[in-house]
Amino acid sequence: MPLVPELVLEQVINGLLVGSFYIILSLGLSLIFSLGGVVNLAHGAFYAVGAYLAYEVQQRAGFLGATVVSPAAVALIGILIERLLLSRLYGKDPALGLLFTFGLALTAEQSLRMIWGTTGLPFSIPDALRGQLIVGDFIYSYYRLTILAVATAAVIGCWLLLNKTAFGLVVRAGVRDAEMVRALGISLNPALAAIFALGVGLAALAGVMSAPLAGVQPAMGNEILTATFVVVVIGGLGSFWGVVIAGLLVGVVRGLTVYFYPPAAEASMYLLMVLVLLFRPRGLMGERFEKFE
Amino acid sequence: MSHDADAPRRKALKQTAALSAAAALPLGFPAIVRAQSDVIRLGHLTPRTGFLGQAGEQGFRGAMLAVEEANAAGGVLGRKLELIAEDSVNPATAVNKAQKLIERDKVVCLIGEVSSASALAIGEQALRHKTPFFNTGSNSDALRGQNCNRYMFHIEGSNTMYTKTIGTWQKDNNLIKGARWYFLTADYAFGHDLYRVSSRFLQENGGVVLANDMVPTNTADYSSYILKIRSLKPDYIYLNLAGVDQTTFLKQYREYSLMIPLTGGVMDTVGFWAAGLDNISGVWQSLWYHGIRNPAAQAFTKRFFDRFKLPPENQAWGDYMGVHIVLQALAETGRMDAASVILYLEKGAGFDLLKDRKGTFRPWDHQLLQEMYVVKVKDKAQSKDKWDIFDVVEAVPGAKESLEAIQPTHAENPCRLA
Repeated sequence: MPLVPELVLEQVINGLLVGSFYIILSLGLSLIFSLGGVVNLAHGAFYAVGAYLAYEVQQRAGFLGATVVSPAAVALIGILIERLLLSRLYGKDPALGLLFTFGLALTAEQSLRMIWGTTGLPFSIPDALRGQLIVGDFIYSYYRLTILAVATAAVIGCWLLLNKTAFGLVVRAGVRDAEMVRALGISLNPALAAIFALGVGLAALAGVMSAPLAGVQPAMGNEILTATFVVVVIGGLGSFWGVVIAGLLVGVVRGLTVYFYPPAAEASMYLLMVLVLLFRPRGLMGERFEKFE
Repeated sequence: MSHDADAPRRKALKQTAALSAAAALPLGFPAIVRAQSDVIRLGHLTPRTGFLGQAGEQGFRGAMLAVEEANAAGGVLGRKLELIAEDSVNPATAVNKAQKLIERDKVVCLIGEVSSASALAIGEQALRHKTPFFNTGSNSDALRGQNCNRYMFHIEGSNTMYTKTIGTWQKDNNLIKGARWYFLTADYAFGHDLYRVSSRFLQENGGVVLANDMVPTNTADYSSYILKIRSLKPDYIYLNLAGVDQTTFLKQYREYSLMIPLTGGVMDTVGFWAAGLDNISGVWQSLWYHGIRNPAAQAFTKRFFDRFKLPPENQAWGDYMGVHIVLQALAETGRMDAASVILYLEKGAGFDLLKDRKGTFRPWDHQLLQEMYVVKVKDKAQSKDKWDIFDVVEAVPGAKESLEAIQPTHAENPCRLA
């Protein structure tokens, strides 16, 4: 494609919209890893379960109902899994948490196949959110703008929770030095459970938002998992704003690659990751926390 | 404590990102039913997970139903049949599983596959082990062309057949000449092959190729492509995508309400079902559709529906036919060796394909000659259920034409098996 500034700008703005979806997807993974040190390979599975629950809820309570009920239900499942199973693995070899969540992901995917079948389920954009906003020569779908709004709300909500509440203080202290928090007589267990629930709830929210765009099918969780990890690594571990910036960056880089050289579209985010790690081994905003080293 | 001495956790996360990128996570679960030695074993090999998994699963059901029905009717040559099924997620796995089925399970033949890249690899194994392979879902012309071999037979239509089926209709309706086409093509063996034959056909008939974008498989977001299409303003969009990608594009294309008509070089009903009637439009081609008015097709649809609670589509039909063709060959020749089966198929044996006209294999490239269909997306008001998405416009080639009419010609196909 020739370099036409307006068209490039259009792709950049669209990339920011796409990136806002990556933020919802990756924020939860980053939170769970930062606090509990768990590499959650089942993040994609929670995303898929979120989409399937949304499919069921939407038929009874509409899309708005699905947006609320499905993430809440997944968060509840998350608390059960964290309290009953995952909490036994804290402080042990990180490989155990990895294997556990990997097994969970496989089990979840097969369960989805058994319950809802192997063929994809139709899921359309709700009528109220159909249509496009045309500004000058640019076109934006209302649905994508909705995702942007949801992502913005999620980012602000999480930021307020982590920075303006007593709960957030415990979480931030736990991210930095869990042992010291415990030494001060504060139990991290409720925070660990709450953050896991919040993290997988966000994954489910991303699943709900993506259902009308990318469809609902059993392999969907596995398909987005890698991109989610890439965003977190680019952003830098333990960094809240790192995820936000990395999500937007990945969206924009991908959009520009589609414009100039589409065959490399999916590879572009990995190239970006390599470049970032070469110059900033801890990621864009990664801080030097002892527990991550 | 030194910060840089070792970084287990950070490292673990990076490794995870790299690992999950390199190895597609899903593992296959082989469905193995051990059995007595006097059964006849058929090997079924197709992707059941991953981006082609939905079609593959339908194919498995088709093969399973065919074997169940045959066993209920007493088997073949007085022996029961056993279907040993494996999941071929990617070409490397396909090779391993093909070897396992042939060497360890001693299957008489292999049936299945949806990915052209995997089918190429399985074809090589079939030749090496002298075991027939019935390709039921891979479209690439190369399989019947420069990579053809005597042990491969093709029940699935080739890219040329799909292209010429819809192309004949487009030509008859004067849609090609002078029209500017934008192509969106899957970036692997199947897509490359399809782009080659479909762009050639359109150009030969006076169409103009405006641009072609190669899309990586498993792309989740098409908005960047759709913006590009909007700025290019083509007359038609020609979709050469497969599996989940087809569904995702259809849904997101609808999101932007562009008025440019869609068509394409392949149509898999399972992907269109997943997109839903709200999100699809246009005129397409189909190898087999459950709505065709043929009594045998209707009876098959009913049996399949009773068994699996959804209708069969082109892939279920393909694998069902695969088993049937093998069984007919075994029953008619009374022998199980590859040479006898191949000879029988090459001598022009006719097969009832649940279509109006019978099919035969073309001896020099082993392609099953058969009718295909032009189908049009249904009016929502007239749709009976979520699977009822097409009206059948016509069979191609027409009733009076030769079945060769949509085939690659001798000049277009370098294969010379006979």
